[in-house]
Amino acid sequence: MEYFLQQLINGITLGSIYGLIAIGYTMVFGIIGMVNFSHGDVFMVSAFIALIAFLVVSVWLGIGSVAIALIVMLVVGMVLTGLWSWTIEKLAYRPLRGSFRLAPLISAIGVSLVLSNFIQVAQDPRNKPIPPLFDPNDVIPITTGADGFAVVLAYKQIVIVLVTAVLLGIFWYVVQKTPLGRAQRACEQDRKMAALLGINVDRTVSATFVMGAALAAVAGVMYLMQYGVISYQDGFIPGIKAFTAAVLGGIGSLPGAVIGGLLIGLIETFFSGYFSLAYKDVAAFSILAIVLIFMPQGLLGRPEVEKV
Amino acid sequence: MSKPQDSTPSHTRKLFLGALLVAVVALGLFGPLLGLKTEQNMDNQLVLLFRPWHAIIAILACVAAYLVIQAIKIAAAHREATAKPVAAQPSALGKYLAPGGLSFVFIYPLLVILLVGTSGIPKWVDNFGILILIYVMLGWGLNIVVGLAGLLDLGYVAFYAIGSYSYALLSLHFGWSFWLCLPVAGILAAFWGILLGFPVLRLRGDYLAIVTLAFGEIIYLVAKNWKDFTGGGAGISAPRITFFGIKFDGTPDGFAAWLSWVLSGITTTFGFDPVTIPPAPWYRTMFLYYVIVVLALMTAWVTLRLRRLPVGRAWEALREDEIACRSLGINTTNTKLTAFACGAFFGGLAGAFFGARQGFVDPEGFKFIESAIILAIVVLGGMGSLIGVALAAVAMQGGTEILRELDFLKHIFGDDFKPELYRMLIFGSAMVIIMLWKPRGFVSVRQPTAFLHEKKAIGVDNVKEGHG
Repeated sequence: MEYFLQQLINGITLGSIYGLIAIGYTMVFGIIGMVNFSHGDVFMVSAFIALIAFLVVSVWLGIGSVAIALIVMLVVGMVLTGLWSWTIEKLAYRPLRGSFRLAPLISAIGVSLVLSNFIQVAQDPRNKPIPPLFDPNDVIPITTGADGFAVVLAYKQIVIVLVTAVLLGIFWYVVQKTPLGRAQRACEQDRKMAALLGINVDRTVSATFVMGAALAAVAGVMYLMQYGVISYQDGFIPGIKAFTAAVLGGIGSLPGAVIGGLLIGLIETFFSGYFSLAYKDVAAFSILAIVLIFMPQGLLGRPEVEKV
Repeated sequence: MSKPQDSTPSHTRKLFLGALLVAVVALGLFGPLLGLKTEQNMDNQLVLLFRPWHAIIAILACVAAYLVIQAIKIAAAHREATAKPVAAQPSALGKYLAPGGLSFVFIYPLLVILLVGTSGIPKWVDNFGILILIYVMLGWGLNIVVGLAGLLDLGYVAFYAIGSYSYALLSLHFGWSFWLCLPVAGILAAFWGILLGFPVLRLRGDYLAIVTLAFGEIIYLVAKNWKDFTGGGAGISAPRITFFGIKFDGTPDGFAAWLSWVLSGITTTFGFDPVTIPPAPWYRTMFLYYVIVVLALMTAWVTLRLRRLPVGRAWEALREDEIACRSLGINTTNTKLTAFACGAFFGGLAGAFFGARQGFVDPEGFKFIESAIILAIVVLGGMGSLIGVALAAVAMQGGTEILRELDFLKHIFGDDFKPELYRMLIFGSAMVIIMLWKPRGFVSVRQPTAFLHEKKAIGVDNVKEGHG
């Protein structure tokens, strides 16, 4: 029971990170119907930006405060990752709108290769460890089982879940209540009609990419905090898992992406906790295949009708 | 020459502002990631290294690229008034490319022996020739799936892995020879292709791509973790190739002894002295080279023949417009399944060959990046064009070797500079640029397989692709 509770806590933490990345996939898919294959690598780039921001703050400026470091990492990461995503969309995806269907996907695979190779040559291929932001022994004990297994809640896990919840709230507000969000929802329903009604579609799509990347940057900071290490290869697997989360929740649906992210996080932790650590990625990939085959509309998605 | 009309001060100002914007964006992109490098110091702690010149060079390069592109655009706008649309014409070069290339492939090892001697064989025939030909074959195999049927398969390397492991395991447990394992490996791979294809081929193009990617990763992870069966990360050994049962070694039953016996038989019949051929390791390399040439050509030949069959035409129709196909009564699932199985079959053959060439199979050769490289070859070659795919494979593998040889760049950028590390940067950008500029690849003339009265080649830019 205690073991179960601990895995539940760990799974929710991991799931928050996947959920944040999954929103980027689901929004872009909703608005232009494209699988943004490079999103996982954008996430990895954001973690590197956060890492550099952290080092500037802690090593160069000598500021020891965790809160300041965290805020700087989040702000710098969100702004610069948004800039990366804006540039990528403008250069590699926008000219391909209206080309054949697989063209943006192939272009995105190219971008993904470029991003991971760029980080590999710019920051060398080694793993980059950072010291833990919070003291690992400083945890909140919850219960202790009969066999002495202590269930604990680490501070970083609280921060991860809280930051995720707050940012999701802001994000939900932007999409539901602001003119930009309204334009996004309009473009999602019918891009041509939205353009006829005076919405600047290109700008709305750009904003969507930037928002998705900013949330991926939050995930990047959280990932760095949770695992304390990043390398140029670390975008691929989380990217695919977040895509799985988006598909599981119903691609195009925002609450679906969050729910899917939490589910994937939980499934992964429970699978590695109770069955096999080596095959946890196999479990995630199998879920992706099974969901796409038997339930392509996902949990909260709308069934898609193919139009000529 | 008169100045372009729009080159007014306001235009110059616009150009300047544009360049400024590019510089600012590039500063944001490359400033932190190139200008500051994270490094571990003696105490294993990360520190930052300030490298302003890296970032400045990157920013200047971006501004220069922006200005060049704008100049090209202005020049193109100028030319547009006078230029007429040009229909694609098959050039004379294209006519001789296939037979010329084919003859070159056949005499290439002999040329290597003539020019560099037998000591050059491990490098030029094994590393260069055989490796490129493996990629040519994989490219042609994937071309059936992506180029002809228009199904994006991101997990093609899984079939390559299945072929390799089939060969290694069958010969390990049953002692089967390469020539028996080869077709079995192909059939097993095709079988897996069908098994995977049945449920997933109802999916839309991009979903299909992601599921195949997941399948590829599952195969890789299983190969890595199922230690009892596949040997895990340590791999398993696969027997070397034999000349139809005769081993390439110095034993009395070996290839050299056998060749001596055959040649002596001929010479003594005509009254000459018997000859002895000394054993040498390069006979096997030469034999491997011609085996992969034959396998690759078989792939090309089958592709060409299949394109003339109803199923091949159905593939191409499916690529152009799936809904129209369905309306015309083509069973799209079966059609996709055959394309998938054919592609997988050739992937499996290439995999078995790879196992026989390495003498060893381990999971590291079957990561996603290999699928991406093979896909890049097919995309850059102009999906559907056999010659284009072959040229792209040569450019990809040959290009990597050339990057390795660019030693003079070390004098400019310092000794740590390894140009071959930039390989994926270059090929990734090439994939993007090809999609933007020529979505149908470099070799962009495709012969329609069905025609009414006369055969006409049309520029693929004029062919609209449906949303399949």
